Amino acid sequence: MNAPVHAAEPAIEVRRLAKRYGAVTAIEDLSFAVPRGSITALLGGNGAGKTTTLAILLGVLLPSSGEARVLGIDILKHRYRVLPRMNFGSPYVELPKRLTVRENLAVFAQLYGVRDATRRIAALAEELQMGDFVNRPTGTLSAGQKTRAALAKALVNRPEVLLLDEPTASLDPDTGDWVRAYLERYVAENEATILLASHNMGEVERMASLVLMMKAGRLVDRGTAGELLAKYGRDNLEEVFLDIARDRRKAEKETVA
Amino acid sequence: MNDGLGLAAPEREWGFSVRRTSAIVLRHYYLLRSSWARVLELAYWPVINMTLWGFMTVFLVGQSSLFAQATGLLLAAILLWDVLFRSQLGLGLAFLEEVWSRNLGHILVSPIRPYEYIAALFVVALMRVLIGVGPAALLAWGLYDYSIFTLGLPLLVFFVNLVVLGWAIGLAINGLILRFGLGAESMAWMALFVLAPICGIYYPLSVLPEWLRWIAYAIPASYVFEGMRAVLIEKTFRVDYVVAAALLNLVYIAGGVAAFLYCFRAARRRGLILQIGE
Repeated sequence: MNAPVHAAEPAIEVRRLAKRYGAVTAIEDLSFAVPRGSITALLGGNGAGKTTTLAILLGVLLPSSGEARVLGIDILKHRYRVLPRMNFGSPYVELPKRLTVRENLAVFAQLYGVRDATRRIAALAEELQMGDFVNRPTGTLSAGQKTRAALAKALVNRPEVLLLDEPTASLDPDTGDWVRAYLERYVAENEATILLASHNMGEVERMASLVLMMKAGRLVDRGTAGELLAKYGRDNLEEVFLDIARDRRKAEKETVA
Repeated sequence: MNDGLGLAAPEREWGFSVRRTSAIVLRHYYLLRSSWARVLELAYWPVINMTLWGFMTVFLVGQSSLFAQATGLLLAAILLWDVLFRSQLGLGLAFLEEVWSRNLGHILVSPIRPYEYIAALFVVALMRVLIGVGPAALLAWGLYDYSIFTLGLPLLVFFVNLVVLGWAIGLAINGLILRFGLGAESMAWMALFVLAPICGIYYPLSVLPEWLRWIAYAIPASYVFEGMRAVLIEKTFRVDYVVAAALLNLVYIAGGVAAFLYCFRAARRRGLILQIGE
Protein backbone atom coordinates (compact mmCIF):
# COMPACT_ATOMS: atom_id res chain seq x y z
CA MET A 1 0.00 0.00 0.00
CA ASN A 2 1.15 3.53 -0.65
CA ALA A 3 1.83 5.48 2.51
CA PRO A 4 -0.93 8.02 3.15
CA VAL A 5 0.23 11.56 2.54
CA HIS A 6 -1.15 14.24 4.81
CA ALA A 7 -1.70 17.66 3.36
CA ALA A 8 0.59 19.20 5.96
CA GLU A 9 3.33 16.68 5.30
CA PRO A 10 5.99 17.99 2.92
CA ALA A 11 6.24 16.31 -0.46
CA ILE A 12 9.99 16.13 -0.01
CA GLU A 13 11.88 16.25 3.25
CA VAL A 14 15.64 16.10 3.57
CA ARG A 15 17.47 16.01 6.89
CA ARG A 16 21.20 16.47 7.46
CA LEU A 17 22.00 14.96 4.10
CA ALA A 18 25.67 14.63 3.18
CA LYS A 19 27.55 13.16 0.27
CA ARG A 20 31.30 12.91 0.26
CA TYR A 21 33.60 11.38 -2.35
CA GLY A 22 36.72 10.76 -0.33
CA ALA A 23 38.02 14.17 0.64
CA VAL A 24 35.61 15.97 -1.70
CA THR A 25 32.32 17.12 -0.21
CA ALA A 26 29.45 17.31 -2.70
CA ILE A 27 26.78 18.22 -0.16
CA GLU A 28 26.98 18.73 3.59
CA ASP A 29 24.38 19.03 6.32
CA LEU A 30 21.57 19.68 3.87
CA SER A 31 18.11 19.99 5.38
CA PHE A 32 14.99 21.34 3.72
CA ALA A 33 11.33 20.58 3.14
CA VAL A 34 9.41 21.09 -0.09
CA PRO A 35 5.73 21.88 0.54
CA ARG A 36 3.18 19.78 -1.25
CA GLY A 37 1.75 21.46 -4.36
CA SER A 38 4.64 23.91 -4.65
CA ILE A 39 7.31 24.65 -7.18
CA THR A 40 10.59 24.84 -5.32
CA ALA A 41 13.88 25.78 -6.88
CA LEU A 42 17.36 24.65 -5.98
CA LEU A 43 19.50 27.56 -7.03
CA GLY A 44 23.26 27.55 -7.08
CA GLY A 45 26.34 27.71 -9.26
CA ASN A 46 28.12 24.80 -10.89
CA GLY A 47 29.18 22.27 -8.28
CA ALA A 48 26.79 23.67 -5.67
CA GLY A 49 25.26 20.21 -5.19
CA LYS A 50 21.92 20.62 -6.98
CA THR A 51 22.19 17.59 -9.26
CA THR A 52 23.65 15.54 -6.41
CA THR A 53 20.59 16.35 -4.34
CA LEU A 54 18.23 15.36 -7.16
CA ALA A 55 20.14 12.11 -7.75
CA ILE A 56 19.79 11.16 -4.08
CA LEU A 57 16.06 11.92 -4.18
CA LEU A 58 15.75 9.66 -7.23
CA GLY A 59 17.57 6.86 -5.45
CA VAL A 60 20.43 6.59 -7.95
CA LEU A 61 22.98 8.09 -5.58
CA LEU A 62 23.58 6.83 -2.06
CA PRO A 63 24.29 9.59 0.45
CA SER A 64 27.09 9.30 3.00
CA SER A 65 24.64 10.18 5.77
CA GLY A 66 21.28 11.77 6.41
CA GLU A 67 17.65 11.10 5.56
CA ALA A 68 15.48 11.78 2.53
CA ARG A 69 11.74 11.22 2.34
CA VAL A 70 9.49 11.66 -0.67
CA LEU A 71 5.71 11.62 -0.15
CA GLY A 72 6.37 10.39 3.35
CA ILE A 73 8.42 7.40 2.21
CA ASP A 74 12.08 6.90 3.05
CA ILE A 75 13.68 6.97 -0.41
CA LEU A 76 16.86 5.37 0.88
CA LYS A 77 15.04 2.29 2.19
CA HIS A 78 11.88 2.01 0.12
CA ARG A 79 12.52 3.82 -3.15
CA TYR A 80 10.54 1.39 -5.27
CA ARG A 81 7.39 2.23 -3.35
CA VAL A 82 7.59 5.86 -4.29
CA LEU A 83 9.34 5.88 -7.70
CA PRO A 84 6.10 5.11 -9.60
CA ARG A 85 4.68 8.35 -8.17
CA MET A 86 7.70 10.42 -9.19
CA ASN A 87 9.44 11.25 -12.42
CA PHE A 88 12.48 13.08 -13.65
CA GLY A 89 13.55 15.25 -16.54
CA SER A 90 16.95 16.54 -17.55
CA PRO A 91 18.44 17.76 -20.80
CA TYR A 92 21.50 15.64 -19.95
CA VAL A 93 19.61 12.33 -19.98
CA GLU A 94 18.06 11.63 -23.35
CA LEU A 95 15.45 9.43 -24.97
CA PRO A 96 16.56 6.78 -27.49
CA LYS A 97 16.89 8.59 -30.80
CA ARG A 98 15.78 5.82 -33.14
CA LEU A 99 12.48 5.25 -31.36
CA THR A 100 9.59 7.51 -32.23
CA VAL A 101 8.21 9.75 -29.53
CA ARG A 102 5.15 7.51 -29.28
CA GLU A 103 7.31 4.38 -28.90
CA ASN A 104 9.43 6.02 -26.22
CA LEU A 105 6.34 7.09 -24.32
CA ALA A 106 4.83 3.59 -24.66
CA VAL A 107 7.98 2.08 -23.14
CA PHE A 108 8.04 4.49 -20.22
CA ALA A 109 4.28 4.21 -19.67
CA GLN A 110 4.79 0.47 -19.31
CA LEU A 111 7.80 0.95 -17.02
CA TYR A 112 5.77 3.24 -14.75
CA GLY A 113 2.74 0.97 -14.78
CA VAL A 114 0.38 3.42 -16.49
CA ARG A 115 -2.91 1.60 -16.97
CA ASP A 116 -4.27 3.14 -20.14
CA ALA A 117 -1.06 4.08 -21.90
CA THR A 118 -2.64 4.72 -25.30
CA ARG A 119 -5.07 7.25 -23.83
CA ARG A 120 -2.39 8.88 -21.70
CA ILE A 121 -0.03 9.26 -24.66
CA ALA A 122 -2.82 10.72 -26.80
CA ALA A 123 -3.65 13.20 -24.02
CA LEU A 124 0.00 14.21 -23.66
CA ALA A 125 0.40 14.56 -27.43
CA GLU A 126 -2.50 16.98 -27.42
CA GLU A 127 -1.54 18.93 -24.29
CA LEU A 128 2.07 19.30 -25.37
CA GLN A 129 1.18 19.96 -29.00
CA MET A 130 3.15 16.97 -30.25
CA GLY A 131 0.67 15.88 -32.92
CA ASP A 132 3.05 16.80 -35.74
CA PHE A 133 5.95 14.76 -34.50
CA VAL A 134 4.70 12.08 -32.11
CA ASN A 135 5.32 9.44 -34.78
CA ARG A 136 8.74 10.73 -35.76
CA PRO A 137 12.03 9.29 -34.48
CA THR A 138 13.11 11.30 -31.43
CA GLY A 139 16.55 11.89 -32.96
CA THR A 140 15.06 13.90 -35.84
CA LEU A 141 13.32 16.48 -33.63
CA SER A 142 14.30 20.10 -33.08
CA ALA A 143 15.51 21.17 -29.61
CA GLY A 144 12.08 22.54 -28.72
CA GLN A 145 10.30 19.38 -29.90
CA LYS A 146 12.78 17.22 -27.97
CA THR A 147 12.07 19.24 -24.85
CA ARG A 148 8.36 18.61 -25.24
CA ALA A 149 8.97 14.89 -25.83
CA ALA A 150 11.18 14.74 -22.72
CA LEU A 151 8.51 16.59 -20.76
CA ALA A 152 5.91 14.09 -21.96
CA LYS A 153 8.14 11.27 -20.70
CA ALA A 154 8.50 13.04 -17.35
CA LEU A 155 4.71 13.39 -17.08
CA VAL A 156 3.69 10.03 -18.54
CA ASN A 157 2.79 8.61 -15.12
CA ARG A 158 1.16 11.88 -14.00
CA PRO A 159 3.76 12.19 -11.22
CA GLU A 160 2.92 13.65 -7.85
CA VAL A 161 6.54 14.71 -7.49
CA LEU A 162 8.54 15.88 -10.47
CA LEU A 163 12.28 16.48 -10.26
CA LEU A 164 13.68 18.61 -13.04
CA ASP A 165 17.30 19.43 -13.72
CA GLU A 166 17.56 22.69 -15.69
CA PRO A 167 14.28 22.12 -17.54
CA THR A 168 14.69 25.02 -19.97
CA ALA A 169 18.45 24.86 -20.56
CA SER A 170 19.36 25.59 -24.20
CA LEU A 171 15.80 26.57 -25.15
CA ASP A 172 14.94 29.80 -26.93
CA PRO A 173 12.99 32.31 -24.80
CA ASP A 174 9.67 31.51 -26.50
CA THR A 175 9.91 27.73 -25.96
CA GLY A 176 11.29 28.25 -22.46
CA ASP A 177 8.33 30.45 -21.59
CA TRP A 178 5.92 27.87 -23.01
CA VAL A 179 7.48 25.08 -20.93
CA ARG A 180 7.33 27.20 -17.75
CA ALA A 181 3.68 28.04 -18.33
CA TYR A 182 2.86 24.38 -18.95
CA LEU A 183 4.60 23.25 -15.75
CA GLU A 184 2.82 25.92 -13.69
CA ARG A 185 -0.50 24.73 -15.09
CA TYR A 186 0.39 21.09 -14.40
CA VAL A 187 1.15 21.83 -10.74
CA ALA A 188 -2.04 23.83 -10.31
CA GLU A 189 -4.30 21.26 -11.96
CA ASN A 190 -2.75 18.16 -10.40
CA GLU A 191 -1.70 19.37 -6.96
CA ALA A 192 1.74 18.14 -7.95
CA THR A 193 5.08 19.21 -6.55
CA ILE A 194 8.08 20.24 -8.59
CA LEU A 195 11.63 20.51 -7.35
CA LEU A 196 13.78 22.05 -10.02
CA ALA A 197 17.48 22.72 -10.19
CA SER A 198 18.23 25.75 -12.25
CA HIS A 199 20.72 28.45 -13.16
CA ASN A 200 17.99 30.49 -14.80
CA MET A 201 17.16 33.29 -12.37
CA GLY A 202 14.21 34.60 -14.37
CA GLU A 203 12.72 31.12 -14.40
CA VAL A 204 13.16 30.69 -10.67
CA GLU A 205 11.80 34.14 -9.90
CA ARG A 206 8.72 33.48 -11.98
CA MET A 207 7.93 29.89 -11.04
CA ALA A 208 9.23 29.09 -7.60
CA SER A 209 7.26 29.71 -4.45
CA LEU A 210 10.31 28.66 -2.45
CA VAL A 211 13.94 29.18 -3.38
CA LEU A 212 16.73 27.15 -1.79
CA MET A 213 20.09 28.80 -2.34
CA MET A 214 23.01 26.38 -2.41
CA LYS A 215 26.70 27.02 -2.38
CA ALA A 216 29.54 24.51 -2.15
CA GLY A 217 27.16 21.74 -1.13
CA ARG A 218 25.44 23.67 1.62
CA LEU A 219 22.11 25.42 1.88
CA VAL A 220 23.07 29.03 2.49
CA ASP A 221 19.69 30.72 2.34
CA ARG A 222 16.03 30.07 1.63
CA GLY A 223 12.78 31.95 1.18
CA THR A 224 10.39 33.20 -1.43
CA ALA A 225 11.91 35.22 -4.25
CA GLY A 226 10.42 38.36 -2.67
CA GLU A 227 11.88 37.57 0.74
CA LEU A 228 15.33 37.00 -0.71
CA LEU A 229 15.19 40.21 -2.76
CA ALA A 230 14.20 42.17 0.34
CA LYS A 231 16.80 40.49 2.53
CA TYR A 232 19.65 41.19 0.13
CA GLY A 233 18.32 44.58 -0.97
CA ARG A 234 18.47 43.64 -4.64
CA ASP A 235 16.14 44.08 -7.61
CA ASN A 236 16.46 40.61 -9.04
CA LEU A 237 17.52 37.09 -8.08
CA GLU A 238 20.57 37.25 -10.31
CA GLU A 239 22.02 39.93 -8.03
CA VAL A 240 21.14 37.82 -4.99
CA PHE A 241 22.78 34.81 -6.63
CA LEU A 242 25.96 36.82 -7.30
CA ASP A 243 25.93 38.16 -3.73
CA ILE A 244 25.92 34.61 -2.44
CA ALA A 245 28.21 33.10 -5.04
CA ARG A 246 30.88 35.78 -4.61
CA ASP A 247 30.29 36.71 -0.98
CA ARG A 248 29.67 40.22 -2.29
CA ARG A 249 27.75 41.52 0.72
CA LYS A 250 30.59 40.58 3.01
CA ALA A 251 33.07 42.21 0.63
CA GLU A 252 30.94 45.37 0.39
CA LYS A 253 30.71 45.64 4.19
CA GLU A 254 34.46 45.24 4.48
CA THR A 255 34.95 47.99 1.84
CA VAL A 256 32.62 50.38 3.75
CA ALA A 257 34.37 49.61 7.02
CA MET B 1 -5.35 12.65 -9.20
CA ASN B 2 -6.51 9.19 -10.14
CA ASP B 3 -8.57 9.56 -13.28
CA GLY B 4 -8.23 6.09 -14.67
CA LEU B 5 -4.91 6.91 -16.28
CA GLY B 6 -3.00 6.34 -13.10
CA LEU B 7 -0.79 3.55 -11.89
CA ALA B 8 -1.70 -0.08 -12.26
CA ALA B 9 -1.26 -1.14 -8.65
CA PRO B 10 0.29 0.00 -5.38
CA GLU B 11 3.97 -0.84 -5.23
CA ARG B 12 5.70 -3.45 -3.15
CA GLU B 13 9.40 -3.07 -2.55
CA TRP B 14 10.39 -6.53 -3.79
CA GLY B 15 7.87 -7.53 -6.44
CA PHE B 16 8.63 -8.86 -9.89
CA SER B 17 6.78 -7.20 -12.72
CA VAL B 18 6.56 -8.88 -16.11
CA ARG B 19 5.14 -5.60 -17.34
CA ARG B 20 8.27 -3.62 -16.45
CA THR B 21 10.52 -6.37 -17.78
CA SER B 22 8.62 -6.51 -21.05
CA ALA B 23 8.86 -2.70 -21.33
CA ILE B 24 12.62 -3.06 -21.81
CA VAL B 25 12.11 -5.91 -24.27
CA LEU B 26 9.61 -3.71 -26.14
CA ARG B 27 12.19 -0.91 -26.28
CA HIS B 28 14.68 -3.25 -27.98
CA TYR B 29 12.03 -4.67 -30.28
CA TYR B 30 11.26 -1.09 -31.41
CA LEU B 31 14.98 -0.45 -31.87
CA LEU B 32 15.55 -3.53 -34.02
CA ARG B 33 12.36 -2.87 -35.98
CA SER B 34 13.55 0.63 -36.80
CA SER B 35 17.07 -0.35 -37.81
CA TRP B 36 17.59 -2.93 -40.56
CA ALA B 37 21.33 -2.27 -40.28
CA ARG B 38 21.32 -3.61 -36.71
CA VAL B 39 19.41 -6.74 -37.75
CA LEU B 40 21.76 -7.27 -40.69
CA GLU B 41 24.76 -6.84 -38.44
CA LEU B 42 23.39 -9.46 -36.04
CA ALA B 43 23.32 -12.09 -38.77
CA TYR B 44 26.31 -10.89 -40.79
CA TRP B 45 29.27 -12.51 -38.98
CA PRO B 46 27.58 -15.83 -38.24
CA VAL B 47 26.69 -16.14 -41.93
CA ILE B 48 30.19 -15.17 -43.09
CA ASN B 49 31.70 -17.66 -40.62
CA MET B 50 29.37 -20.37 -41.76
CA THR B 51 30.18 -19.77 -45.43
CA LEU B 52 33.92 -19.85 -44.81
CA TRP B 53 34.00 -22.89 -42.55
CA GLY B 54 31.32 -24.65 -44.54
CA PHE B 55 33.55 -24.76 -47.63
CA MET B 56 36.48 -25.75 -45.43
CA THR B 57 34.38 -28.67 -44.20
CA VAL B 58 33.53 -29.68 -47.76
CA PHE B 59 37.27 -29.74 -48.48
CA LEU B 60 38.18 -31.61 -45.29
CA VAL B 61 35.53 -34.29 -45.76
CA GLY B 62 37.46 -35.49 -48.83
CA GLN B 63 40.79 -35.39 -46.98
CA SER B 64 40.16 -36.76 -43.53
CA SER B 65 38.42 -39.88 -42.30
CA LEU B 66 37.41 -38.03 -39.11
CA PHE B 67 35.51 -35.39 -41.05
CA ALA B 68 34.11 -38.01 -43.43
CA GLN B 69 32.77 -39.80 -40.37
CA ALA B 70 31.37 -36.71 -38.69
CA THR B 71 30.72 -34.13 -41.38
CA GLY B 72 28.96 -31.72 -39.06
CA LEU B 73 31.83 -31.42 -36.60
CA LEU B 74 33.11 -28.03 -37.68
CA LEU B 75 29.72 -26.61 -38.62
CA ALA B 76 28.12 -27.58 -35.30
CA ALA B 77 31.11 -26.14 -33.44
CA ILE B 78 30.84 -22.86 -35.36
CA LEU B 79 27.12 -22.59 -34.72
CA LEU B 80 27.41 -23.41 -31.03
CA TRP B 81 30.30 -20.99 -30.53
CA ASP B 82 28.18 -18.31 -32.19
CA VAL B 83 25.35 -19.09 -29.77
CA LEU B 84 27.73 -18.42 -26.87
CA PHE B 85 29.30 -15.33 -28.41
CA ARG B 86 26.00 -13.82 -29.60
CA SER B 87 24.42 -14.42 -26.20
CA GLN B 88 27.23 -12.60 -24.40
CA LEU B 89 27.48 -9.85 -27.02
CA GLY B 90 23.69 -9.51 -27.25
CA LEU B 91 23.45 -8.90 -23.53
CA GLY B 92 26.32 -6.44 -23.71
CA LEU B 93 24.86 -4.53 -26.65
CA ALA B 94 21.38 -4.38 -25.10
CA PHE B 95 22.99 -2.56 -22.18
CA LEU B 96 25.36 -0.48 -24.31
CA GLU B 97 22.46 0.76 -26.46
CA GLU B 98 21.12 2.49 -23.32
CA VAL B 99 24.53 3.92 -22.50
CA TRP B 100 25.14 5.17 -26.05
CA SER B 101 21.71 6.78 -26.23
CA ARG B 102 22.20 8.26 -22.72
CA ASN B 103 18.92 6.70 -21.69
CA LEU B 104 20.21 4.52 -18.85
CA GLY B 105 19.49 7.23 -16.30
CA HIS B 106 15.84 7.37 -17.35
CA ILE B 107 15.52 3.61 -16.99
CA LEU B 108 17.26 3.33 -13.64
CA VAL B 109 15.22 6.14 -12.04
CA SER B 110 12.04 4.36 -13.14
CA PRO B 111 10.46 1.75 -10.86
CA ILE B 112 12.19 -1.15 -12.62
CA ARG B 113 14.17 -3.29 -10.17
CA PRO B 114 17.71 -4.31 -11.09
CA TYR B 115 16.68 -7.98 -11.25
CA GLU B 116 13.80 -7.11 -13.61
CA TYR B 117 16.25 -5.23 -15.78
CA ILE B 118 18.58 -8.22 -15.76
CA ALA B 119 15.70 -10.51 -16.77
CA ALA B 120 14.88 -8.14 -19.64
CA LEU B 121 18.50 -8.22 -20.80
CA PHE B 122 18.34 -12.03 -20.81
CA VAL B 123 15.31 -11.98 -23.09
CA VAL B 124 16.81 -9.39 -25.43
CA ALA B 125 20.07 -11.37 -25.63
CA LEU B 126 18.11 -14.50 -26.51
CA MET B 127 16.24 -12.59 -29.23
CA ARG B 128 19.58 -11.45 -30.63
CA VAL B 129 20.98 -15.01 -30.58
CA LEU B 130 18.02 -16.34 -32.54
CA ILE B 131 18.18 -13.50 -35.09
CA GLY B 132 21.96 -13.88 -35.42
CA VAL B 133 22.45 -17.64 -35.50
CA GLY B 134 19.18 -18.63 -37.20
CA PRO B 135 20.22 -17.51 -40.71
CA ALA B 136 23.62 -19.24 -40.35
CA ALA B 137 21.89 -22.49 -39.37
CA LEU B 138 19.61 -22.18 -42.40
CA LEU B 139 22.62 -21.50 -44.61
CA ALA B 140 24.38 -24.63 -43.34
CA TRP B 141 21.31 -26.65 -44.20
CA GLY B 142 20.81 -25.05 -47.62
CA LEU B 143 24.41 -24.84 -48.78
CA TYR B 144 26.11 -27.81 -47.14
CA ASP B 145 23.18 -30.08 -46.51
CA TYR B 146 23.94 -30.04 -42.80
CA SER B 147 21.17 -29.50 -40.28
CA ILE B 148 22.23 -28.56 -36.76
CA PHE B 149 19.04 -30.33 -35.66
CA THR B 150 20.67 -33.68 -36.43
CA LEU B 151 22.23 -33.24 -32.99
CA GLY B 152 18.75 -34.00 -31.72
CA LEU B 153 17.60 -33.24 -28.18
CA PRO B 154 21.18 -32.66 -26.92
CA LEU B 155 21.21 -29.56 -29.12
CA LEU B 156 18.65 -27.93 -26.82
CA VAL B 157 20.74 -28.77 -23.77
CA PHE B 158 23.90 -27.43 -25.41
CA PHE B 159 22.05 -24.31 -26.58
CA VAL B 160 20.65 -23.51 -23.13
CA ASN B 161 24.01 -24.00 -21.43
CA LEU B 162 25.82 -21.75 -23.89
CA VAL B 163 23.15 -19.05 -23.74
CA VAL B 164 23.29 -19.02 -19.94
CA LEU B 165 27.09 -18.83 -19.95
CA GLY B 166 26.87 -15.92 -22.41
CA TRP B 167 24.41 -14.16 -20.08
CA ALA B 168 26.70 -14.65 -17.09
CA ILE B 169 29.80 -13.25 -18.80
CA GLY B 170 27.78 -10.45 -20.44
CA LEU B 171 26.32 -9.40 -17.10
CA ALA B 172 29.73 -9.22 -15.45
CA ILE B 173 31.01 -7.07 -18.34
CA ASN B 174 27.94 -4.82 -18.11
CA GLY B 175 28.75 -4.38 -14.43
CA LEU B 176 32.25 -3.25 -15.36
CA ILE B 177 30.84 -0.78 -17.90
CA LEU B 178 28.47 0.58 -15.25
CA ARG B 179 31.34 0.94 -12.80
CA PHE B 180 34.15 2.11 -15.12
CA GLY B 181 32.15 3.71 -17.95
CA LEU B 182 32.66 3.37 -21.67
CA GLY B 183 36.38 2.72 -21.13
CA ALA B 184 35.34 -0.88 -20.46
CA GLU B 185 33.19 -1.07 -23.61
CA SER B 186 35.72 -3.06 -25.64
CA MET B 187 35.40 -5.89 -23.10
CA ALA B 188 32.01 -6.66 -24.61
CA TRP B 189 33.72 -7.67 -27.87
CA MET B 190 36.96 -9.11 -26.56
CA ALA B 191 36.35 -10.87 -23.27
CA LEU B 192 34.85 -14.11 -24.54
CA PHE B 193 37.72 -14.80 -26.91
CA VAL B 194 39.94 -15.55 -23.91
CA LEU B 195 37.90 -18.73 -23.57
CA ALA B 196 38.03 -19.68 -27.26
CA PRO B 197 41.41 -21.47 -27.27
CA ILE B 198 40.77 -23.13 -23.90
CA CYS B 199 37.26 -24.53 -24.11
CA GLY B 200 37.93 -26.86 -27.06
CA ILE B 201 35.55 -25.53 -29.66
CA TYR B 202 37.27 -27.26 -32.59
CA TYR B 203 39.50 -29.79 -30.83
CA PRO B 204 39.23 -32.09 -27.82
CA LEU B 205 40.52 -30.92 -24.43
CA SER B 206 43.07 -33.75 -24.54
CA VAL B 207 45.24 -31.69 -26.89
CA LEU B 208 45.70 -28.99 -24.25
CA PRO B 209 48.66 -29.08 -21.86
CA GLU B 210 47.59 -30.52 -18.55
CA TRP B 211 47.74 -27.25 -16.59
CA LEU B 212 45.49 -25.58 -19.19
CA ARG B 213 43.15 -28.54 -19.17
CA TRP B 214 42.39 -27.84 -15.51
CA ILE B 215 41.29 -24.34 -16.44
CA ALA B 216 39.17 -25.76 -19.26
CA TYR B 217 37.42 -28.04 -16.76
CA ALA B 218 36.21 -24.94 -14.92
CA ILE B 219 34.46 -23.56 -18.03
CA PRO B 220 30.93 -24.84 -18.77
CA ALA B 221 31.46 -24.44 -22.54
CA SER B 222 34.26 -27.04 -22.47
CA TYR B 223 31.74 -29.72 -21.46
CA VAL B 224 29.31 -28.58 -24.13
CA PHE B 225 31.88 -28.88 -26.92
CA GLU B 226 33.15 -32.21 -25.59
CA GLY B 227 29.54 -33.36 -25.40
CA MET B 228 28.91 -32.20 -28.95
CA ARG B 229 31.88 -34.25 -30.21
CA ALA B 230 30.63 -37.27 -28.25
CA VAL B 231 27.27 -37.02 -30.01
CA LEU B 232 28.74 -36.52 -33.48
CA ILE B 233 31.71 -38.91 -33.34
CA GLU B 234 30.79 -41.56 -30.75
CA LYS B 235 27.02 -41.16 -31.20
CA THR B 236 26.61 -41.00 -27.42
CA PHE B 237 24.98 -38.39 -25.24
CA ARG B 238 27.23 -37.77 -22.23
CA VAL B 239 24.92 -36.87 -19.34
CA ASP B 240 27.92 -36.33 -17.05
CA TYR B 241 29.13 -33.52 -19.31
CA VAL B 242 25.72 -31.87 -19.30
CA VAL B 243 25.44 -32.08 -15.51
CA ALA B 244 28.93 -30.59 -15.10
CA ALA B 245 28.11 -27.76 -17.52
CA ALA B 246 24.79 -27.03 -15.80
CA LEU B 247 26.30 -27.01 -12.30
CA LEU B 248 29.13 -24.75 -13.39
CA ASN B 249 26.64 -22.50 -15.13
CA LEU B 250 24.71 -22.08 -11.89
CA VAL B 251 27.90 -20.78 -10.32
CA TYR B 252 28.67 -18.57 -13.32
CA ILE B 253 25.20 -17.02 -13.55
CA ALA B 254 25.13 -16.39 -9.79
CA GLY B 255 28.55 -14.78 -10.15
CA GLY B 256 27.42 -12.67 -13.13
CA VAL B 257 24.30 -11.42 -11.33
CA ALA B 258 26.30 -10.72 -8.15
CA ALA B 259 28.98 -8.83 -10.12
CA PHE B 260 26.36 -6.70 -11.89
CA LEU B 261 24.48 -5.91 -8.68
CA TYR B 262 27.73 -5.13 -6.87
CA CYS B 263 28.78 -2.74 -9.65
CA PHE B 264 25.27 -1.23 -9.71
CA ARG B 265 25.57 -0.46 -6.02
CA ALA B 266 29.10 0.90 -6.51
CA ALA B 267 27.75 3.14 -9.31
CA ARG B 268 25.02 4.37 -6.93
CA ARG B 269 27.64 5.09 -4.28
CA ARG B 270 29.84 6.98 -6.72
CA GLY B 271 27.07 8.85 -8.52
CA LEU B 272 27.86 7.34 -11.92
CA ILE B 273 24.40 6.43 -13.15
CA LEU B 274 23.21 9.82 -14.38
CA GLN B 275 26.66 10.57 -15.84
CA ILE B 276 27.23 7.35 -17.78
CA GLY B 277 27.50 7.89 -21.52
CA GLU B 278 29.02 11.34 -21.14
